Amino acid sequence: MKLTLRIWRQKGPDVAGDLETHELPDVSPDMSFLEMLDVLNEQLQNEGKEPVAFDHDCREGICGMCSLVIDGVPHGPMKATTTCQLHMRTFHDGDTITIEPFRAKAFPVIKDLCIDRGAFDRISASGGFVSVNTGGAPDANAVPIGKEDADAAMDAAACIGCGACVAACPNASAMLYVSAKVGHLAHLPQGQPERGRRARSMVETMDAEGFGNCRNYYECEAVCPKEISHHFIGGMNRDFLKANLCGGE
Amino acid sequence: MNWLARLLGSSVGRKMLVALTGLALVGFVIAHMLGNLQVFLGPDALNSYAAKLKSLGALLWVMRGGLLAVFVVHVGLALKLAAENKAARPAAYARPGRVQSTLGARSMVLTGLMVLLFVLYHLAHFTFGWTHPEHATATEAVQTLTGPVNRHDVYYMVVMGFRQPLVSGLYIAAMALLALHMSHGVQSVFQSLGLNNRKYEDPIRKLAIGLAWVIFLGNSSMPVAVMAGLVDLPGA
Amino acid sequence: MKLESAIPEGPVEGKWDKHRFEMKLVNPANKRKFRVLVVGSGLAGGSAAATLAELGYEVLCFCFQDSARRAHSIAAQGGINAAKNYQNDGDSVYRLFYDTVKGGDFRSREANVYRLAQVSANIIDQCVAQGVPFAREYGGQLANRSFGGAQVSRTFYARGQTGQQLLLGCYAGLSRQVGLGNVKMFPRTELLDVVVVDGLARGIVTRDLVSGKVESFAGDAVVLATGGYSNVFYLSTNAKGCNVTAAWRAHKRGAGFANPCYTQIHPTCIPQSGDHQSKLTLMSESLRNDGRVWVPKEPGDTRKPRDIPEDQRDYYLERKYPSFGNLAPRDIASRSAKEACDAGLGVGPGGRGVFLDFRDAIQRLGKNAIEQRYGNLFEMYQRITDDDPYEVPMRIYPAPHYSMGGLWVDYNLMSTVPGLHVIGEANFSDHGANRLGASALMQGLADGYFILPYTIGHYFATHKPGPVDTDHAEFKRVEKEVEERMQRFVSIGGKRTPDSFHRELGRLMWNNVGMARTKESLEEALREIPRIRDEFWSDVRVVGGRSEMNNALEQAGRVADFLEFAETMALDALTRDESCGGHFREEHQSEEGEAVRNDADFCHAAVWEYTGEGNAPMEHREPLDFPNVPLATRSYK
Repeated sequence: MKLTLRIWRQKGPDVAGDLETHELPDVSPDMSFLEMLDVLNEQLQNEGKEPVAFDHDCREGICGMCSLVIDGVPHGPMKATTTCQLHMRTFHDGDTITIEPFRAKAFPVIKDLCIDRGAFDRISASGGFVSVNTGGAPDANAVPIGKEDADAAMDAAACIGCGACVAACPNASAMLYVSAKVGHLAHLPQGQPERGRRARSMVETMDAEGFGNCRNYYECEAVCPKEISHHFIGGMNRDFLKANLCGGE
Repeated sequence: MNWLARLLGSSVGRKMLVALTGLALVGFVIAHMLGNLQVFLGPDALNSYAAKLKSLGALLWVMRGGLLAVFVVHVGLALKLAAENKAARPAAYARPGRVQSTLGARSMVLTGLMVLLFVLYHLAHFTFGWTHPEHATATEAVQTLTGPVNRHDVYYMVVMGFRQPLVSGLYIAAMALLALHMSHGVQSVFQSLGLNNRKYEDPIRKLAIGLAWVIFLGNSSMPVAVMAGLVDLPGA
Repeated sequence: MKLESAIPEGPVEGKWDKHRFEMKLVNPANKRKFRVLVVGSGLAGGSAAATLAELGYEVLCFCFQDSARRAHSIAAQGGINAAKNYQNDGDSVYRLFYDTVKGGDFRSREANVYRLAQVSANIIDQCVAQGVPFAREYGGQLANRSFGGAQVSRTFYARGQTGQQLLLGCYAGLSRQVGLGNVKMFPRTELLDVVVVDGLARGIVTRDLVSGKVESFAGDAVVLATGGYSNVFYLSTNAKGCNVTAAWRAHKRGAGFANPCYTQIHPTCIPQSGDHQSKLTLMSESLRNDGRVWVPKEPGDTRKPRDIPEDQRDYYLERKYPSFGNLAPRDIASRSAKEACDAGLGVGPGGRGVFLDFRDAIQRLGKNAIEQRYGNLFEMYQRITDDDPYEVPMRIYPAPHYSMGGLWVDYNLMSTVPGLHVIGEANFSDHGANRLGASALMQGLADGYFILPYTIGHYFATHKPGPVDTDHAEFKRVEKEVEERMQRFVSIGGKRTPDSFHRELGRLMWNNVGMARTKESLEEALREIPRIRDEFWSDVRVVGGRSEMNNALEQAGRVADFLEFAETMALDALTRDESCGGHFREEHQSEEGEAVRNDADFCHAAVWEYTGEGNAPMEHREPLDFPNVPLATRSYK
């Protein structure tokens, strides 16, 4: 396959960036999208040019490190698939592909296609946990958890924290990410004692990080590689309201 | 009251307020439409309904004040949220994309602003009578126990107003925008308030879209009927 | 180098209890005064950092990824073992211990393995308390499955994402401590050297991968939780960033490297599709429960698999191992696939693949049942290969997956450099020559949650490391070395990318130090590795500077370390003149092709000491004895 790539290049966070065009004459349909970028980088380096910086690690769709907005869609056109699992057979010979970083104020560009998702870590640190120290845990079977609840918790916990939800949202809102963690723990008995606190604290940190507001577009859900449902957002809204109306100051 | 400040200071809390005010406005839109549909019952029905509203006096002003407050909060907060949303993505995508969001959802700010402009026009047209004073100042005399009284001839104003194709077209277009706004807004209310779930989602969606159609058809039926001559001045 | 394993006296069942009592404690008020540098944030590093912070130590945690949650533990699919005996099928701590020692082909340390089995139950309790959504039965009890040929159901799982859920549990605990200010997290920061002052590990030198800044951190103990070295093969199931740099740098500063030749090759991975391949994707071993492995009987048979009649197929695992059949252990299944492909019977591009066929299972159980069991795996396979496994057989091939070898540690998980602790896959102790399925997650969390937090206190209480800061001359010296090394990379200005050298090394290692090794192949590797290394140092081209984000520079550093490590690995494989577990020397096999151990000469851990550039490393041996699990030959006939 012959492809034309329009790739975002940006030296650093405070420097203006621009799209750069590159031709790839010989792309195998069996390559993954990132392997295609590897080929480009090999080509660039052999010409003495700086390779395109992009984030990636496990390349099997679970670490959440890879990103990229491909032709306007985070993680590209294939549903429920991360960029690293997207294969070039999804595209056609002669295609022009536009590759941009996830764009949000809360995700500043570090270089080229790499972004800083530290805001997600800070949201987690503000409440995405059960406050339990190591040791002293009761027997794992001491509290039964119904299969439906365990499954629902797992549906939410499947989030890989990639940030595609933010990238896809016209408002750069992080509600799907936050609600996935809130929803995961809200479905388990272990999460109950801090349920309200957690929702309040995580939402407030999310706001402080400069994400936009949810307007119920559900673009987040459509691009989520793990197909996390927007119903977790509704659930978090409920928890948040309840915590404010019925909880402490 | 710290908790209230925290609630309303948060993105989620403010969305809830937009949802609640939106819900109130939906109630108003429905009531407003039902009242006005009395145009089909003839001049007397509509004019006495108008007179009854007027006779509420201070209460009417309280209601108007409340409505205005709700409206201002709804629009003001929505604009504030929209400004924050814009700030949350300072650099736009060179090649924007869309997967599953609906036109109604994506155009909320636009349709909302157009409806706002329309409301201003609508007030100038029918409430304040600035655009067509010749229609708005018409009165009719009715007999009461205490003798004849002049009351505002709303029916005349409406019919004369909607006889102009441009005005009717504007009203119908505005109703289409309002319906589009509501088709997403009403569903959104449930989601924002945390009342949505897997079981209710589909009925809620149908309700929202159904309601939007009812508002569109109900309100548009009046200019259409006038233009088609189905609603006309008495004796014509 | 002295190897003092510090194994407590007494019967194996009581060693850990006794040791816990005998270890010195640090006064709670004094814990804050000790700073621990934890490198790596996977299951081992993340759990250790969180737990040490909970205890009151000051913790600094480093990872090269952009977030602690991305460590490669996240990719583990199958599950985690624990001797809970919830299924009432006769499991016990002793049985898990026994299975692990036997599975490791008698090359692990009994005392460590027993302790691992002991704390396994606590791990599950801890994870559930954190909110890890393990699979449940309708009644609300935890579900278990049997895994990797175990006779009991002791594996806990969360769909096919057990590693992810356990890591996110760890990450949650770590995040909590970050929020409380007890842990300071340094993402996108790579360890480039270890600093030893007066014989004690006192700090690390790192590079900020965003700014390129080289910086030192001083502390009272260093914990390496930096994973395994399977990427020495270039193509493996490890994440692209996994590397041996931290372990290798520590080794060069005095830490013994144990059994580097022990690597595990996982039998069910998706084969390579071309030269562009950057990694291999593992598919859960559970597929072998219903899939049948076969190759055509005739070499070069290019017919479509469905057109090859039954009598022209060789179901070689069923033929060779009638009782275990397709469920033969990992090393055996992997080696058999290699043999078939070496004989020219391989299928798919390049002839490196064998069929894993679900036709009979679909006929027997129906497509629905198969979809229920493996739907997500089938989808993943189809996404990558574009083949529909319901219609055509899957193609699989073995891939490097896990490294049992690692830095040598004593019973306290401390390396030969006092103060330098090594946990998780980075150390060598618990899996011997072969790791059982679902045991890696168990070991990582055991080390981090329940072992290191005790033993590190003992180290502080007994060694009392005094104050030191990064102005110390030794820090300055190491920092300068690191800077010079970075400068050297960007100044060579050769013609080849770091990646091309990594590929070349990987091919050599896979062919010569891979699934089956011979004296000749290893000697060839030992000749070739220095050649590639020399070429690397004269011809590598690192575009861009060192004071900025530079992926090529990061990679160059990692490849340079792999190029040194590979030689020790090959030497270890050559020196270990026997077959055991994942280490298969073709010279040492039975008539049926089974590994033949030589317990008389090799029942030890081989620990390599670095003796300076250009010098051969020196071998030390820690003898292993098995008073509880009698030495026996594995048989899977």
